[in-house]
Amino acid sequence: MTDKTNTKVLLVDDEPNILIALEFLVKKEGYQAFKAENGEQALKAMASHQPHIVLLDVMMPEMDGFEVARTIRSNPEYDNTRIIFLTAKGTQEDRFKGYATGGEVYITKPFDNDELINTINEVVEFG
Amino acid sequence: MGAGIIIFISIAYVAFLFLIAYLAEKRGKQGRSLVNNSVIYALSLAVYCTAWTYYGSVGRAVTSGMGFLPIYIGPVIIAPLWWILLKKIIFISKSQRITSIADFISSRYGKSTWLGIIATLIAVFGIIPYISIQLKAISTSFDLLVTDHTPLYRHSEIPFYLDSALYIAIALAVFTILFGTRNLDPNERHEGLVAAIAFESVLKLIAFLTVGLFVTYWLYDGFADLFGKGMSTPGLSRLFSLEEAGINGWEWFWLSFLSMSAVMLLPRQFHVSVVENTNPNHVGKASWLFPLYLLLINIFVLPIAIAGIDQFPGGAYEPDSFVLSLPLSQGKDILALFVGLGGFSAATSMVIVAVIALSIMIGNNLVLPLVLRTQTFKGAQYSNMSNRLLGIRRISIVVVLLLAYGYFKAVGEQYSLVSVGLISFTAIAQFAPVVLGGIFWKRATKAGALCGMLAGFGVWAYTLPLPTMVETGVIPIHFMENGPFGIGWLKPYALFGLDGTSHISQAAFWSLLFNCGIYFFVSLYTSQSPLEISQADLFVDIYKYRKGSTDYDVMRRQAKVQDIRILLNRFLGEPRGNLLLNAYENNQRIDLSRQQVAGPDLINYAETHLAGAIGAASAKIIIGSITKEEPISLEEMFKVLEQTKEIIQYSKALEKKSAELERTTMQLKEANEQLKELDRLKANFITTVTHELRTPITSIKALSRIMQETSGLPEEQKQEFLAIVVSESERLTRLINQVLDLEKIQSNQEDWTLQPIDFAEVTSLAYSGLKQLMNDRQISHSLSIRAQPLIVLGHNDRLTQVVVNLISNAIKFCKVEEGVINIRLQKTGDTAVLEVEDNGKGIPVKDQKIIFEKFTQLNDEARGKPKGSGLGLFITHSIIQKHSGNIHVESGPENGATFIVELPLLEEAGGLAE
Repeated sequence: MTDKTNTKVLLVDDEPNILIALEFLVKKEGYQAFKAENGEQALKAMASHQPHIVLLDVMMPEMDGFEVARTIRSNPEYDNTRIIFLTAKGTQEDRFKGYATGGEVYITKPFDNDELINTINEVVEFG
Repeated sequence: MGAGIIIFISIAYVAFLFLIAYLAEKRGKQGRSLVNNSVIYALSLAVYCTAWTYYGSVGRAVTSGMGFLPIYIGPVIIAPLWWILLKKIIFISKSQRITSIADFISSRYGKSTWLGIIATLIAVFGIIPYISIQLKAISTSFDLLVTDHTPLYRHSEIPFYLDSALYIAIALAVFTILFGTRNLDPNERHEGLVAAIAFESVLKLIAFLTVGLFVTYWLYDGFADLFGKGMSTPGLSRLFSLEEAGINGWEWFWLSFLSMSAVMLLPRQFHVSVVENTNPNHVGKASWLFPLYLLLINIFVLPIAIAGIDQFPGGAYEPDSFVLSLPLSQGKDILALFVGLGGFSAATSMVIVAVIALSIMIGNNLVLPLVLRTQTFKGAQYSNMSNRLLGIRRISIVVVLLLAYGYFKAVGEQYSLVSVGLISFTAIAQFAPVVLGGIFWKRATKAGALCGMLAGFGVWAYTLPLPTMVETGVIPIHFMENGPFGIGWLKPYALFGLDGTSHISQAAFWSLLFNCGIYFFVSLYTSQSPLEISQADLFVDIYKYRKGSTDYDVMRRQAKVQDIRILLNRFLGEPRGNLLLNAYENNQRIDLSRQQVAGPDLINYAETHLAGAIGAASAKIIIGSITKEEPISLEEMFKVLEQTKEIIQYSKALEKKSAELERTTMQLKEANEQLKELDRLKANFITTVTHELRTPITSIKALSRIMQETSGLPEEQKQEFLAIVVSESERLTRLINQVLDLEKIQSNQEDWTLQPIDFAEVTSLAYSGLKQLMNDRQISHSLSIRAQPLIVLGHNDRLTQVVVNLISNAIKFCKVEEGVINIRLQKTGDTAVLEVEDNGKGIPVKDQKIIFEKFTQLNDEARGKPKGSGLGLFITHSIIQKHSGNIHVESGPENGATFIVELPLLEEAGGLAE
């Protein structure tokens, strides 16, 4: 089992209240958590913290989640970084778009807390 | 040979003909018609070959070699065209029940009485010389058979009661009367006659071929021997040379042309080929069978001519009688008798048919119309007309034959058969322009036809029969040599200085030139009566009318059914009259006995059937006497045109309708597209709203679960989470309210009763409500109202909502502490103008319109959007629209935005307030 305390999780969402909830849940599980409120901040945090997991909201102003994911994937440094999409848009089309841009998992808002954590755990464990 | 034997054989022969006729008619009545077949039809056309061909061709060949041929070349050339010409004439004649060539011409040009009379006179005067040569041929051959040599006396020199030709004429008149006028056929069809004629055609061909074979192979050793003799004998070789015989292209052209028109237009040819025709399709086979017949009957002409010259070098016999004198001189009496019988058949067939045809014309187109015109008959007065008509025909048969005898006695004897025959051909050719023009040229008028035919006939009479009278001493000789009154260019044989050509061709040339020219130009400069127009239509476009209904009503006529019944019975006899009316009743499925008044249909029916018996012109007159007739006047023509116009307009209206339908279809398509777009927008809206709903729920759900499941959560954190849950719940509520609001406005569910309100008051109230919020956020704000009151017709709550929305929006876009919001209200003209200015992020130009559209701004994630609503501006826009106002935004990026609302002022209310 991987050492959770050494595992960094970057949380990206333009809704501060959701970020608060996410941070609480991730930290409680034992991961390191970093927050970003938009795409720009997310990419900066990527560079400074080298997170293992990115929990990425899709609908954001300025730069949406898909674009952030593409940018991350285009950088070979982040090859080991896993991306989990979080979105309120649950259509099939969006799901495929998510996979196409390099996301491993797709979680629909509103999520179930346990499910979210389980998913993160699985991704961390099985890469 | 004894005269008694010859007379007996002749009478026996005629009796045999009657037997054939009787049998044919009997079979015809049984429905097994003998003559309804193309071979019989072609043989009946061979009535073209008369004594002229039988005796005269040899005579002509003796004087001019090949010169006898054009008379047969013409028909051979025209025969292939029968398919077009003759068939069309037949179709027309059947549909109009034409009884003769004169009837045809009269009918085509408006059923003109005068045209019928003129055509009849031309035919009668034109044909009499032709009949006279038949008399001459019969009497000559009779004399020859009896006396074995050319008679020493001249017919003109003996008293008429001793003249065999007179008795022959009388005998022929009796035959003809017996053949042609036993009863009155409504279609002028005589099956018996046709059968007899066909038989005669066979007989004369066999007889001529027999004598030809006799001469060629008995007297000589075949064609080679004969032609060799001909070439070696001085004075004979010229027979084979066209130039030597004075025959050139010009002559051949005219002779061929004359024979072309003769084979179709001679009264007897018209009678057998058109009136007696049982099936128009017979024309096809006849158009090669008939030329074949002509070829056969001409094979031995030249050999017999050569043999005759060789055998009778001293001119012991007239060349016209070589056919008979050659076997006679060899003592072959039986053969001679047979050959004589052939000649007799050739002559009698011509005389019988020609005279019947002429008698029909004289009766129908000459006597009857004149009688009807001069006497004012009423329907009931036509007592027993059918017998009277037969009487008229019988008399005319006798008169025609006596006239022919008279011509023969006075003039004909001195001329060869052919030269007299050609005079007739030229007369008949005068019909060619009006007949051809009549079936192809609609514009041809009655006046044109009348003038053209009269001119042609006049020239003919002046250039052909007149000179023959001179030569017989009736007219002084200097008339011919110097012209009338010494005017040289009026000399009949060299009219207008045209000299050096044969009498026939110059007469044909001038008469047809005048005929055609005058026909053409008079037609161009005269107009047609309505009846002429309709008849012209029926003739020229016969195939069109044959296909569809032939009812072409130019007359709106009415008559009593009883009158029509009487007329038909009087003219056609009671049995046939009843038969026709019964047929009509069965056809139309009506009961005439219940009808008092006959419509145009029945009248037309009666007229065509009467026309079949008495000719078109007479039928028109008779029907006219019992009908109230309203020929189509100019106004009625206009009415017809009007109807046509109505139909055109109707079809135009239809066109318009279909164009409208097309437009509606387009509109429906567009509407459908709009619906699809709306559908797409709705789906979009739902996705967006779903997203907007899910976002607060996500926080609420996650945090609530955390609080529920995490024991020992610090109170501080608990309070923070609870505050978020409350705030997000409020956000949810707001969103739901806005969606409901929108639904209300869009679906007009709300009571939109507008009343005068003060917009200034509304604005200041809304502003006061939000003051606290702005103060909380440390946004500096101002309100300036430059005119009050500003009365508008409006909905108080909704207008308040507008102002609140705009100010709330401004607050959202403004940064805390730095924000500036200025609100201005003023009056510009008759409009209240509200401006809400902020110093927020501003709105890019490309989005300034979109933001007011439904859903779009909700989707626009790129623009730093305020959280929550997004439907607000759309709702604002909708409310302003309901107040007949305007809203727009002015903004440069990073310079803040100014929303401007314009509402129309209520003038009176404003006035009252002031």
